[in-house]
Amino acid sequence: MMDSVAVNLAYIVAAALFVFGLKMLGSPATARRGNALSAAGMLIAVVVTLLSKGIFEWHWIAVAMLVGAVIGALAARLVAMTSMPEMVALFNGTGGAASLLVGWAALYGDGSTFTAITVTLSVLIGGVTLSGSILAWGKLSEAFGSRAVVFGAQRFVNGLILVGLLAAGVLFVLQPAPDSPVFFVILGLALLLGVMAVLPIGGADMPVVISLLNSYSGLAACAAGFAINNNILIVSGSLVGAAGIILTNIMCKAMNRSLANVLFSGFGAVATASKVEGEVKPINAEDAYLILEAASSVTFVPGYGMAVAQAQHAVHELGELLEGNGCEVTFAIHPVAGRMPGHMNVLLAEASVPYDQLVEMEDINRRMETVDVAVVIGANDVVNPAARQDEGSPIYGMPIINVDHARTVFVLKRSMASGFAGVDNPLFFGDNTRMLFGDAKASIMGMVAQFKD
Amino acid sequence: MELAPVYLAFILMLAIFLGFELISKVPATLHTPLMSGANAISGIAIVGALLAAGSKMPGLAPILGAVAVTFATINVVGGYLVTDRMLGMFKKKGD
Repeated sequence: MMDSVAVNLAYIVAAALFVFGLKMLGSPATARRGNALSAAGMLIAVVVTLLSKGIFEWHWIAVAMLVGAVIGALAARLVAMTSMPEMVALFNGTGGAASLLVGWAALYGDGSTFTAITVTLSVLIGGVTLSGSILAWGKLSEAFGSRAVVFGAQRFVNGLILVGLLAAGVLFVLQPAPDSPVFFVILGLALLLGVMAVLPIGGADMPVVISLLNSYSGLAACAAGFAINNNILIVSGSLVGAAGIILTNIMCKAMNRSLANVLFSGFGAVATASKVEGEVKPINAEDAYLILEAASSVTFVPGYGMAVAQAQHAVHELGELLEGNGCEVTFAIHPVAGRMPGHMNVLLAEASVPYDQLVEMEDINRRMETVDVAVVIGANDVVNPAARQDEGSPIYGMPIINVDHARTVFVLKRSMASGFAGVDNPLFFGDNTRMLFGDAKASIMGMVAQFKD
Repeated sequence: MELAPVYLAFILMLAIFLGFELISKVPATLHTPLMSGANAISGIAIVGALLAAGSKMPGLAPILGAVAVTFATINVVGGYLVTDRMLGMFKKKGD
């Protein structure tokens, strides 16, 4: 049994480990140790809590922890790297659910106004995180269809939900009780709000949603911390909340859109771009190989299509062959390529591409003119020159990787359909563009085979 | 109103500033592990869940707490393990 001073001192150690851990996550060389430190902090927090005087009943805790640990460990082991966005969405959801329930349970403690307010907040944020994450998971795994859903009365309905929440919140705080029907109204409205918040956001905007839900899961823990008067929840929750907000901001900047625009506009549902027409110049693997063989600098630009085709290992092999041929190989990654921040980097790391070959958008754009061949693999919007040229394009103003400035561009594409945002891409009709149609993995393997001959 | 909530708010303010300072310099390569690692930290709700599950509070509180423990444990264990798995794949040239 530890007294509460000792417990709180141990919480300080845990918080310090979280801070160090997050700091070390900032560099690839130290990131793994940083994560281990942060996990050690969590272990300390859990152990001292179990040893504290507040714990009277053991067996349900043991069962609950065992079940959770088995599910968590299996999920972490078995998930494919391409499905990482879905996994993170679900983990965000479990965090939100936990904070919601902690807040709810706190109602059975003291019935003060402060507790009632903070419980309401943790149920609200936790509920939004939970249902929003489940919907985000559904969109990412294509279980519910990934398009943005916008309907006319959306803002009106959202307004009603907010007014309802405010009214129910005030009523509840005036007369807090665990079995108050008003509480369940708040719970239901919070869950509904989460669904309504994620509904109008579609595929290519998913990195923003994931970052935002990440932030909410932290803020929910923070609110629960206020509800039960616990420092470690407040500190850790706000660290995560801040991290999520920064990532959200980076994602928004990378799309040249405000957060409000991402959240409410239903991008993809309104496309008014001018039609692009022209002639595409197809190429086959053999000719592509001849150009690559003569190149002294090649940059690969992966997008979500690389994940879908599971082409990352083949891309790595081609990269190695090119390097063996004396060519300088880089991988240029747009901040919002894929379905979550850093998605492509993880896939390429999985395929053993060293992280020093991964370059960011600004770096590659500065020297794009010197690149002999830019190979676009399953990316579309993030290399669409319409973002620079066509003021009517929905993606106008978004910073892109300027592959059209490279000497030659290969675009690996399944067919001539437009990208996720439903935007036509003038890149495909460029003089220096060659289209390599077919499955991205098969196309890359074709070039690899040519190299080996 | 008693003073405790004010101290908690004070801690909140400092922690948010610290969070912004810590994260703002993370390179894009590490955004996914950063996010899943931070997500694991948000599983800190497990502390509150344990306290509720093990408490002598009346009514549903211990049950709600136990369910919360399950969710939070999934979040914590899954989050840290998957982050470690990802980071294990990040290698420098020649490693």
